[in-house]
Amino acid sequence: MCRIGAIKSRKPIHPSKALHLMLSQQKGHDNSGFAIVMKDLYGIFEPYKKQPMLSYSCTKKGKQIIEDFMVEKGFSRKIFSWVPETSPFDGMDFAKMPFYGFDVFNYPENLLDASPEEIENVLLDVRLELRRVLEEDEQGFVFSFWPDVLTLKEIGNPNHIGEYFNLWQEDEKIVGKNIVIQYRQNTNYAIVRYAAHPFFMQGYTLCANGENTFYVKNKECQKNLHRGYIGFESDSQCFLYTLHYLHHELKWPLSYYKHVITPLPFEQLDKLEESKKRTLYKIRESLAHLEINGPNTIIGLLPDNLMFTCCDSKKLRPVVVASDGDTVVITSEVCGANEALPNRDQETDIYPNEREIVAITNDLEIKRWKQ
Amino acid sequence: MEAVGVNEITQNDLNWKIEYDDDRCTRCGKCIATCTFNALEMQVEQRAFTALDPDQKEHKHKRNFKAVPVVKQISDLTHKCVGCGMCEKVCPNEAIKPVRNIDTREAILDCAGGSPIKRGGRTNVSTERTLDIIKVGRISQMTDPSLDALRHSFDIKSPFGRVLGAEELPLKISDNELNIEGKTPPINWIYPIIFGDMSIGALSTRAWEAIAIATAYLNEKHNMPIRMSSGEGGMPIKLLKSKYLKYMILQIASGHFGWNRIIKAMPEMVEDPAGIIIKIGQGAKPGDGGLLMAAKVAKHIQEIRGVPRSDLLSPPNHQGLYSIEESVQKMFLSFNAAFQFRVPVAIKVAASSSSVSVYNNLLRDPYHIVGGFFMDGIQGGTGAAHQVSLDHTGHPVVSKARDAYLAAVAQGKQGRIPLWTGGGMGMTSDLAADAFKMICLGANGIFTGKLLIQLLGCIGNDAGRCNQCNTGLCPTGICTQDYRLVQRLDVDKAAENIVNYMLGVDTSLKKLMAPIGNSSLPVGRSDALVSVDKSIADKLQIPFAC
Repeated sequence: MCRIGAIKSRKPIHPSKALHLMLSQQKGHDNSGFAIVMKDLYGIFEPYKKQPMLSYSCTKKGKQIIEDFMVEKGFSRKIFSWVPETSPFDGMDFAKMPFYGFDVFNYPENLLDASPEEIENVLLDVRLELRRVLEEDEQGFVFSFWPDVLTLKEIGNPNHIGEYFNLWQEDEKIVGKNIVIQYRQNTNYAIVRYAAHPFFMQGYTLCANGENTFYVKNKECQKNLHRGYIGFESDSQCFLYTLHYLHHELKWPLSYYKHVITPLPFEQLDKLEESKKRTLYKIRESLAHLEINGPNTIIGLLPDNLMFTCCDSKKLRPVVVASDGDTVVITSEVCGANEALPNRDQETDIYPNEREIVAITNDLEIKRWKQ
Repeated sequence: MEAVGVNEITQNDLNWKIEYDDDRCTRCGKCIATCTFNALEMQVEQRAFTALDPDQKEHKHKRNFKAVPVVKQISDLTHKCVGCGMCEKVCPNEAIKPVRNIDTREAILDCAGGSPIKRGGRTNVSTERTLDIIKVGRISQMTDPSLDALRHSFDIKSPFGRVLGAEELPLKISDNELNIEGKTPPINWIYPIIFGDMSIGALSTRAWEAIAIATAYLNEKHNMPIRMSSGEGGMPIKLLKSKYLKYMILQIASGHFGWNRIIKAMPEMVEDPAGIIIKIGQGAKPGDGGLLMAAKVAKHIQEIRGVPRSDLLSPPNHQGLYSIEESVQKMFLSFNAAFQFRVPVAIKVAASSSSVSVYNNLLRDPYHIVGGFFMDGIQGGTGAAHQVSLDHTGHPVVSKARDAYLAAVAQGKQGRIPLWTGGGMGMTSDLAADAFKMICLGANGIFTGKLLIQLLGCIGNDAGRCNQCNTGLCPTGICTQDYRLVQRLDVDKAAENIVNYMLGVDTSLKKLMAPIGNSSLPVGRSDALVSVDKSIADKLQIPFAC
């Protein structure tokens, strides 16, 4: 079983907070994946909140491929680049890549007057194409290309990865107000970096703990819905694509995400007042192939940084939402919350039920939407 | 050398021979009175026996003769035994029974007047079962839990009606709420097993009534939303005007039998029917129309269908339809309009090499008025067909249904026109397993007919037993309009058999869903299945296991 966690804070926080959040939950992982996504960045990234940052890891050849590719695509002005300081040590247990890069680019001139939608599409297409180019010769991985977003993914012992990248040492350089993290146990599929959660697409970030038993039908459906719905290295990617499709493509309110992935049983639908019943029936009919039906907990982060969590319809995977007023954490097990927020009032902890979405606004207001 | 009439038909030329035990027979005559095919008669045999001569004082035996009444099989093709076993059923002394004759020549001789064999039932040749080679191989353990079939609730319903894509829904967003504003095609969510397509006419009114009673009972008492298709031939006016019409799917086929009365009853209907099925083809005899032999067109059938007594043949095609596009415009639109777009209209076709093209075309229909695609395979049953059609024409439904689903996936339109499949469902007795496997392969549900009449008491099988549904002589009173035979059917008991079986099916479905961890139907969840035959695994694109 995976362990997942997320932190949302009024003040920018360092990734070490997230590592501590996950430390006490480590029995749940098997070194098959580690990933962290930070959004709403401060510290050394604060001046570049509007420009897209490319997060990648690659070989030496891959680095040249990336540079040439970005120039070719018009992203020739790299205005900032963070290369993490690394501290190799004996007994490192993870699959290290030669280069890790976090490069911020200015937009090409032809995009200066582009609409937000056009820019979103360009950023997506650049990432997708770069991914394909790097995949051809297995020269690297590109995880996100978006303003104000940093992604790091690796395979191996999360503690070692943290130590190598100096993520245990708190500082004010690499900080953000939102962090989503997962230590992954891989049960069904090949161990590859792209299978490590959180996944990212056009400002949406999502990680999940569980098993998507409708993976095949989800995948068959999503492949035709959007050019960006690719990979499917993990069955949990389906959750991100459904979120993106609903919220970004159909522009439905987030509360309907739950209605799509875990629709109300017919018996309950039939008890609703007529217009709501009719609407929810139509949604269930039209998106039957996006239903999930297995044990899951999901943590998601929207482009506007609203953070949320929800569970499967039988509450087969754990999750807790805890807050001390300045910081909210969402995580698989309460021991993680105790580590991250030892001084909070535990009685205010929320254990989301099987029929709700718990959302945290940027003001740390906690909203609960019942299905 | 003795002369022999070698072209005379004798018992050994027939499919079934009567095995008769003279010593056990009490000559009560029940077997003869019971046999609807007049295959038995009372004859007198001269018997020789040796006994003491009572007139002689000496101990001396004498050869005597006596006439003994015996039950004998009539050895001609008109009165051939069909193996129904009614004689055995009524015999109080176990003195008589039909026995299959492996040396039979009946199949090549039974062509009186140059007419090939006609019969009912299913194919007796293509009886291999793909569904039995597929197993539910993906069991939830450790990574995800199995469910408890008795404790969890399960959503066992399927759509009947045209499903719109999410982007096509007339939704309006206000105050973070979605609301459907505007019309959408009608969809009824029903049990994933439909009682299929057997007409009054093919069935006796009492047999049809038994299925209708079971349907209503399952709905009203057990909350199982089973729907029953009328078959071609209409239905009683009383039912058309009753609240129970909501459990019925009205079928129209190329003969349009019964529709005059249906249309006339429309103003007085208090409920809408559950749906309309336009029957284009049938798996048992693809490319062939319906056939009700004159022998079964009794007075009440003439009334329901509005026809005189004669062979009733539905044409192989709907007259006036010559293309898919045109059928969509004409038939679907007119039937949708007839019920003011409140009742879903579906199409039933025989599985064929061309089925996927048809399905693809219907999926692209811009009017969104095709509410279901019913595909009937070669193992489907019929009340009357030429044997050559039953045994040698048609297409297995399993791979074709899978092809159709994957074709819809390729278009990104899976689920838009619900896929319902039939033809041999429940052939090896487990309807739930067949339904479950078809659903995992992409069907939304299945339909079944033959199994239902077997539950009513039909003793016909796919090894050539009985199958005389076309003759009007059905020994169980199910496929006949002869009022004396119909009396044999205990309607209540027959309905009870169906109810009990379907309650068992419902539990079995849960027992299949629970181990794969699903509480709603796993439509298209092909990863739940494995095939123990590699070629079938490859064809269906499911894992091979051995």
